[in-house]
Amino acid sequence: MVARVSVMAARVSRTGWAIAFTAARRSPLISCRRCSSVSADTVYDVVVSGGGLVGAAMACALGHDIHFRDKKILLLEAGPKRVLEKLSETYSNRVSSISPGSATLLSSFGAWDHICNMRYRAFRRMQVWDACSEALIMFDKDNLDDMGYIVENDVIMHALTKQLEAVSDRVTVLYRSKAVGYTWPGPFSMADSSPWVHITLGDGSTLQTKLLIGADGYNSGVRQAAGIQNVSWNYDQSAVVATLHLSEATENNVAWQRFLPSGPIALLPLSDTLSSLVWSTSHDHAAELVSMDEEEFVDAINSAFWSDANHVDFIDSAGTMLQYVVTLLKPTKVSARQLPPSVAKVDAKSRVLFPLGLGHAAEYVRPRVALIGDAAHRVHPLAGQGVNMGFGDISSLVHHLSTAAFNGKDLGSMSHLASYETDRQRHNTALLAATDLLKRLYSTRAPPLVLLRTWGLQATNAMSPLKEQIMAFASK
Amino acid sequence: MFKRTCNTFMIKIIIEVGSRWREWVSEPFYWGSSERGTGKEVGPFATMWGGWKLNFFGGRFLRVLGSGCRGTQAERLRLISWAENQPTWTLQIKPWVFNEYKTMWFKSCRMTFSCLNRIKNYRSPWKRLYSTSQSTVDSSEVKTFRALAHKWWDEQGVYAPLHSMNDLRVPFIRDNLLKTVANHQLGKPLSGMKILDVGCGGGLLAEPLGRLGASVVGIDPVDENIKIAQHHKSFDPVLDKRIEYRVCSLEEIVEEKAETFDAVIASEVIEHVNDLETFIQCCCQVLKPGGSLFITTINKTQLSYALGIVFSEQVAGIVPKGTHMWEKFVSPEMLESILESNGLSVQTVAGMLYNPFSGYWHWNKNTSLNYAAHAVRSMVQEHTVSAANAATSAGVHEELKK
Repeated sequence: MVARVSVMAARVSRTGWAIAFTAARRSPLISCRRCSSVSADTVYDVVVSGGGLVGAAMACALGHDIHFRDKKILLLEAGPKRVLEKLSETYSNRVSSISPGSATLLSSFGAWDHICNMRYRAFRRMQVWDACSEALIMFDKDNLDDMGYIVENDVIMHALTKQLEAVSDRVTVLYRSKAVGYTWPGPFSMADSSPWVHITLGDGSTLQTKLLIGADGYNSGVRQAAGIQNVSWNYDQSAVVATLHLSEATENNVAWQRFLPSGPIALLPLSDTLSSLVWSTSHDHAAELVSMDEEEFVDAINSAFWSDANHVDFIDSAGTMLQYVVTLLKPTKVSARQLPPSVAKVDAKSRVLFPLGLGHAAEYVRPRVALIGDAAHRVHPLAGQGVNMGFGDISSLVHHLSTAAFNGKDLGSMSHLASYETDRQRHNTALLAATDLLKRLYSTRAPPLVLLRTWGLQATNAMSPLKEQIMAFASK
Repeated sequence: MFKRTCNTFMIKIIIEVGSRWREWVSEPFYWGSSERGTGKEVGPFATMWGGWKLNFFGGRFLRVLGSGCRGTQAERLRLISWAENQPTWTLQIKPWVFNEYKTMWFKSCRMTFSCLNRIKNYRSPWKRLYSTSQSTVDSSEVKTFRALAHKWWDEQGVYAPLHSMNDLRVPFIRDNLLKTVANHQLGKPLSGMKILDVGCGGGLLAEPLGRLGASVVGIDPVDENIKIAQHHKSFDPVLDKRIEYRVCSLEEIVEEKAETFDAVIASEVIEHVNDLETFIQCCCQVLKPGGSLFITTINKTQLSYALGIVFSEQVAGIVPKGTHMWEKFVSPEMLESILESNGLSVQTVAGMLYNPFSGYWHWNKNTSLNYAAHAVRSMVQEHTVSAANAATSAGVHEELKK
């Protein structure tokens, strides 16, 4: 037995040596080839492509994460650096509704403080009502918590840029640079191929990354380059945005939205006397709204909020009937209808129009690739969820990446990227579907549907637990 | 009892599923689905095929299936070939284990689980080949490992369970090591620590530890493994500096690396070791006083025989026959006594359980299958202490005499 073992040992060690020698002979070649192909490209741990609100926030969040202290992060932004030297007097017409969940994310890396030091407006209530009936739904919080915040995009961008500067040792930002080509790694480390994603920039330089995060908007280059299927369609609507002056100073802490048959119109508070308009309507009407003179435009807005021209008697009485039943069943007074403020004037040159659409990537992740924000999902603005979904993606992805980093995992590994995808698709698809359904349901004047939605809205409004659920979901 | 009922029920379900999947199994090349991110059509079966080809039993198994599945009327033929070939073959291997009932059970399980393999991509934990001396390395095993070496970094491949085991063993090692230091550097908590990974394979565990900041030495007797590990880490400039790989056995570096390491890791290794006592002694010698030894392995129980050997080697045929020898498996009690007798105090022994359906490992109170152990080398060396004691007592005697 002993003899046999020793013979075997001799045999093994011989073969072992032989192989070691061949390996030694071969290895210089391998290393040379690698040197020539890889050259001196920098290897980043994470590259975020697209430095918009979501991309910049992603880089910021990773840069401030304690488990990412030792990592190299790069943010690629095609535009210039955007810092507000001084806050302008006039409000920007591009504003975002920031949910409490998104505010928590922003404050987790200190950006919210900058926003608070600049300007934002909290709203405590939200009233949504139908143009074809009396039905309305009122969201408000008993404990006077803020339901959300209206913040100018420029202000958020400024705060993010400031916070990116604070972690400049970990996060490199390349402004005015754009990725023009991506090379994906093979299925798993093959003999000679690099396992990282190779990125070619517009100026011809190349770099490598272990994880590429696509935050480059709804026409995402990353998504297209990765060949990820995208379900998308354009709505027959465009949104008109503008900054509006109210006819009198009010508390102005309510977000208003009315569903017109042509599309929803929303008035979001900016200050005591200013509100921001988001009016989704048919392409022709939108173009007309942008080009008409200011007085006409203001009249159009006021009548859109106040007119009862679309009411039908039959549905009105049906609605009143249900309302009567509700009051019988639930004597406590449901929050009463409030009247939106009337608009006096529109800020010059603040009217802008942009097309609307829906999009959803079939996959958010591939090995070494993750999509966030509009690159993964584009949504109708009627629920004010666009940027919040993006920020939600960030909190989820940062959570998973942070855990992965603390466990020493390869950041581009599918095992945790897949859990990010599961988390977010569960949330986002539900929101996308609900938004799309609402958009379709409220685009019609057909009496049966109007009746259905009238009753549906009234019933929902009467059921506080359900409303709380909706609010909780939307404020994530 | 309840568990057993559940298991039987599960197996019944699996057989149902399995019988349908047999049809697909027989055509491994046609059943390709788009594998994510590759852009190529690589079916799970096609991927498997690579592994199966290398495996005598696998090839034989597929041939048997393949010949049986040419047409619908071949159904009977297939069943005959099944009935004729499989159980007898199983019986040849361990004739003393099987009575008739068990043979039937295994037969159905073999059908079931080999199909299941393809469905769930289940791979039983492929043990890293290691031994204290080259003499215990089976040359045929070396060949198999060499052929499979390129699979190390395929997260969905043969070594998937080892990849997912990192979710347990990395935090286990990290947290236990962090207990020993007052504060750690954020981002690289293990920085400044020297770790020896014995039987590192493709570097599956060495790389995560390197990412956490530790400087890792990985050793493995299979040179192909080291080549793969070396090559894989070379792409990461940070890891390239932190990790060093070597083709050698533990004894070969004991002299050179005496009292060098803050931690020694023998993950899925000691079940391949011939002389465990010597192995543990060597581990102890390279540890600094107060250093930690981490071990994960398979328990020596009937269950581990059934699942670790019969299931994964003979029933499923994934692991080449003879990779594991049940006789070499170590029970936690046995391990503990060896550790304690070598001046290592055992801190933790925790059971680990692999769920082939989810592909994840879980901590478990039950150590009857896989388990992890953490032991710490005592701060003062015992023989020095005893020598010192002897000296002082001698001195005392001298004093008294005077």
